[in-house]
Amino acid sequence: MEYLLHTLILIGIYIILSMSLNLIAGYTGLLSIAHAAFYGVGAYVAALMALNLHSPFLVNLLCAIVLSALLGALVGIPSLRIRDDYFVIVTFAFQVITFSVLSIWVALTRGPMGLPGIPQPTIFGLKISSHVGFLALVGILCALTLSLTQRIVRSPFGRVLKAIREDEVFAQSAGKNIAAYKVLVFMIGAGMAAVAGVVYAYYISFIDPTSFTVMESIFIISIVIIGGAGSLWGPVVGAIVLVTLPELLRFVGLPSAVAANVRQILYGGLLVAFMMWRPKGFLGDYAFQREETRK
Amino acid sequence: MNGGVLEVHALSKNFDGVRALADFSCFLRPGEILGLIGPNGAGKTTLFNVVSGFIAANSGRILFKGRDITGAPPYRITNQGISRTFQNLRLIRQISVLDNVLLSFQDQPGEKLRNVFFNWRQSREQESANRKEAIGLLEETGLAHKAGNPAEELSYGQQKLLSLVCCLAAKSEVLLLDEPVAGIAPEMTEKILATIHGLPLRGKSVILIEHNLDAVMQVCDRVIFMDAGAKVSEGTPDEVRNDPRVIEAYID
Repeated sequence: MEYLLHTLILIGIYIILSMSLNLIAGYTGLLSIAHAAFYGVGAYVAALMALNLHSPFLVNLLCAIVLSALLGALVGIPSLRIRDDYFVIVTFAFQVITFSVLSIWVALTRGPMGLPGIPQPTIFGLKISSHVGFLALVGILCALTLSLTQRIVRSPFGRVLKAIREDEVFAQSAGKNIAAYKVLVFMIGAGMAAVAGVVYAYYISFIDPTSFTVMESIFIISIVIIGGAGSLWGPVVGAIVLVTLPELLRFVGLPSAVAANVRQILYGGLLVAFMMWRPKGFLGDYAFQREETRK
Repeated sequence: MNGGVLEVHALSKNFDGVRALADFSCFLRPGEILGLIGPNGAGKTTLFNVVSGFIAANSGRILFKGRDITGAPPYRITNQGISRTFQNLRLIRQISVLDNVLLSFQDQPGEKLRNVFFNWRQSREQESANRKEAIGLLEETGLAHKAGNPAEELSYGQQKLLSLVCCLAAKSEVLLLDEPVAGIAPEMTEKILATIHGLPLRGKSVILIEHNLDAVMQVCDRVIFMDAGAKVSEGTPDEVRNDPRVIEAYID
């Protein structure tokens, strides 16, 4: 039972992560490999505040969102001048830098030793200590993320995001300040990713930099692509599939040393298969490929 | 050179040593349709790109209603009231015809992020007013029955008409139309030309680039013939058509 709850909590965390990346990559068309960095910054800000300042959960959550959003703006700004593949490389660099800072700044983050003993959160006097409690918390945050995303993508604001994805020149010509939109969407996405990081830190109660590597970013991208970029429910489907799939491997009875590698092979294979035969994922309406007509 | 809604002063633009615009000046009177003709590479589209802010000129000034807009970014130029269409047709092909038009309205409260959370009543009211107006424009131009279809399902001619409708939705005073009837079936050409001809009645001023000389003669009040980035001839359609320099260029 605990195992099932644990899996559901992880699915919830990845739903928040992939939904937030979906806003940036799926709706606005800015493919970013920096998402685990925002996730990690959220986790570290909350963990450090909880451990050192003993500040309450909601305050830490808010600070994590704000700080991550500011970093999001920082990553968004190069997208104004650099496009497509080159921009992906910039986000990759940001991801690597963030990981390095988390690993090297030992005085603050304790580096590779990580931060153990993150206390259980208390929200409005309610202490969350059980799996059920965390599942409820994640569930609420997922619902909030989903409704916020829905609100954004169905608004005229969201219409501009899609226009930027499809044709930046037309969007500009239609009078839209696309620079502002790109930076804003990065801030929203990074802020949401921080929420997932905060929940993860409190839930596992121990964090170290290895949870926030570029592999993690790629995993989140895989969820978005396989679930369906640019669709509201795509990330939900993607997160369920990609989080449960490797768990199924356990029941096949593979030794755990092998299972870890098989998992990576499985993800890689799935990603290739989807890119080749179903680039729009299960539910998506945007494929990461450039049209020849869009010169 | 005064009283123009749009004035271009001594604009120059070089591309790697090629002079696309050489000291080019012109003005556009309110309610006028100005034709811009000339051979390929004469600098017509470059002029549009500079005026609409997509390309920075090397020198020269652009005044819109007396205000200097030289070097302003494209979105701000559209915000102020200059819209354009593109020679190689730009629309958001994956979203509906109606959404393309809705996207083109300026200054929408719902496009501000804070109004995604607050004030959404105002956003929604504006959106439904825009929707009504957009459908009205589509009805006028005979595209209403396709409003819900993705823009890419329209014929080429209908797409060109749609990009004209988008300029109308933007409520711009000046429209820069880049080959609005090139490569289109005669019937649709007539329809688009009729729409363009009616633009001054809506208070619009137009600069029209077109290779189809008959079309230019039909709708334009005044014509400029340009070559190698400079003005060669200017006058009424008949004057320009009979200018020996123009005749020579077209016979070559």
